[in-house]
Amino acid sequence: MPQLRYMDAINEAHAEELARDNRVVLIGEDVGLKGGVFGVTAGLQARFGEDRVIDAPLAESVIVGAAIGMAANGLMPIAEIQFADFIYPAADQIISEAARMRYRSNNACACPIVIRTSYGGAHGTALYHSQCVESIFAHVPGLKVVAPSTAADAKGLLKAAIRDPDPVMYLEHKRMYRLVREDVPEGEVLVPIGPARIARAGADLSIFSYGWMLRECVAAADRLAAEEGIDCEVVDLRTLAPLDKSTILASVAKTSKALVVYEDNRFCGYGAEVAAIIAEEAFEDLDGPVMRLASPDVPAVPYAAVLESWFTLSQDKIIEAVRRLAHY
Amino acid sequence: MPTDVTLPQLSESTYEATVGKWLKQPGDRVARFEPLVELITDKVNVEMPSPVAGVLLEQVATEGDTLPTGAVIARMEVTETQPATAIAADASGASSPRTAVDSRPAPAEAGAAGPRLSPLGSRLLQEHGVPPAEWASIPATGSGGRLSKNDVMAYLAARAEHGPMALPATDGAAARGAAPVAPTASEGPPATEPVATEDEHVRLDPIRKAIADRMARAKREIPHAHAMVEVDMTALVRWHDADKAAFEQRHGVRVTYTAFFVRAAVEALRANRFVNAQWRDDGILVKGAIHLGVAVSHDDALLVPVLHDAQRMDLAAVARGLDALVRKAREGHLGIEDIQGGTFTITNPGVYGSIESVPVINPPQVAILVTNAITPRAVVRDDAIAIRRIMNLGLSFDHRVFDGPQAMRFLNAIKAALEAVDPLTA
Repeated sequence: MPQLRYMDAINEAHAEELARDNRVVLIGEDVGLKGGVFGVTAGLQARFGEDRVIDAPLAESVIVGAAIGMAANGLMPIAEIQFADFIYPAADQIISEAARMRYRSNNACACPIVIRTSYGGAHGTALYHSQCVESIFAHVPGLKVVAPSTAADAKGLLKAAIRDPDPVMYLEHKRMYRLVREDVPEGEVLVPIGPARIARAGADLSIFSYGWMLRECVAAADRLAAEEGIDCEVVDLRTLAPLDKSTILASVAKTSKALVVYEDNRFCGYGAEVAAIIAEEAFEDLDGPVMRLASPDVPAVPYAAVLESWFTLSQDKIIEAVRRLAHY
Repeated sequence: MPTDVTLPQLSESTYEATVGKWLKQPGDRVARFEPLVELITDKVNVEMPSPVAGVLLEQVATEGDTLPTGAVIARMEVTETQPATAIAADASGASSPRTAVDSRPAPAEAGAAGPRLSPLGSRLLQEHGVPPAEWASIPATGSGGRLSKNDVMAYLAARAEHGPMALPATDGAAARGAAPVAPTASEGPPATEPVATEDEHVRLDPIRKAIADRMARAKREIPHAHAMVEVDMTALVRWHDADKAAFEQRHGVRVTYTAFFVRAAVEALRANRFVNAQWRDDGILVKGAIHLGVAVSHDDALLVPVLHDAQRMDLAAVARGLDALVRKAREGHLGIEDIQGGTFTITNPGVYGSIESVPVINPPQVAILVTNAITPRAVVRDDAIAIRRIMNLGLSFDHRVFDGPQAMRFLNAIKAALEAVDPLTA
């Protein structure tokens, strides 16, 4: 099985789907000639032409609005928002139009678009290039939201998202683009939207996470098992909406303790919903409080390195949170 | 049926009491637990509740008599008996009307002394048909005395094999093995020694005399050793300044530094069992429960009310327990149960500004923790001089029972807990 970087897996999914179905088009800032600000879409315009890989003006509302219009006319567009931090001008198009199209038209009209965006903090990305937006969009009925944590899932979930008949928000954590290099199955391997994945089986405590944080959780769990004998199960949620509750509840039934880890700031973050579901539906399986580990409720990731490390979740912070819950 | 009313043992180390004012006269009808007579001990003055319901026949002891524990002080005609077991059965909830509707009693119905259970623990015990009365006897290893899932599973496994666990003997019963103290009236200058006119001879009240006897005995018999560490209280002080109001709003009680000291000490005692112990000539009695004496000064008298089963309490419960004890102490309402059975003591001369104190152990305990004043000091952190809130934390310990390394382990555990204080898990 070939080893691909996370960004290459995304590129490969684009290439395969553009080749498979000529209704698939890609639109976004710098996705064509430049190949994407991170190089994720490199080579696609040269191969598929300017009509199918479209460089858009710096106007997020136009990018998503045009994609919705294309979808209404039979295409299957992928709209790239360069950074999730800049998605808000398009929020009206996404929330009020794309997500509600099928409902508003009484099922006459669907909106099979994918909105891809890079999210999350990497070193030095600071206020304008680090935001997490999943809780805002997972809240909206009619939107599906995925956040793959492996290269294989990045490819398989993107292929599934492109083929999905409804709008899918596809969140790719920018830190993984070049850092993650893993086995990725070739060709027609789709990862269905919906099911979560047990990333690491364990007996003592369940950790729920997604995206880059999932990888930090697995690494922390491996250290805890080796150094302290605490055996964590780590569940990769992968699809944030619709959420795979049965895998979550089965894991809690097994371990009796739950920690939800998310990179966004804590208050009203995505993990709050996961915690609430566990509290409501697994109450009598719990041997301790459902805990959240998230970033502090301050306006943005600070730029200064020392403050950035104070803000940012790390393996050490995860280990500390697990330790406290395990010993509860 | 006439029955003798005897002088109860009022606390672990009290073997006599002076009869004060009779509150009931011969012929009076007396309800169970109704105050019968005042008793004056070396520690507290209490109103002795009648152990039975009936009619007072005779006051055998008269006001001013000092009698040993067990002496007959009254005779009563008993009109009804209500064995203690009947009360315990009621408290278990087994016969309460509520169970007719809901066959799953809430954990709280196991009584105030019931274990702290998670939803899972509660469900498992109910699914396995373990009666709530049995829950308190399950050994708990979770933080703050919680019964963890593993505790419950281990108990269920043991119970399946050996049947229900016998209830452990009460601490009081074990403690009574200690030898009584001989009266020490012969010590000190004779009362007949002449007193110069400018001097004043103050007679010892029972409390002063008791303190004197106990302190002298402790220093005479116990080889005291001492250790002290510096605790950086900056984080805790900050938390206390910023969040004590929120804590009070949330839990309905003020949280004091003492509450944090108690919580940290309890966890450290759990990890260092020999500090929570008693010296005996034939061995060391390691105590299971942690009954924490907290020294309180009132009207120049030193009282040591006891926070019972502190190992079961989280920070809010400790704060509530301390608040209740301190209020009772200040109002002179401490009952016998509030002062007896201590297994370890914390004293806080820091509130009076002491920065370094060497306390005397309170026998039959084997150690006493002292918290001193929290003061801003210039200290070195990361090779720079920083202003931090520092407290000296000291331990006096009975060197017969353990040695310096254990004392330092104990002190360092408390130091670490206070420096990493997190009210979320305190």
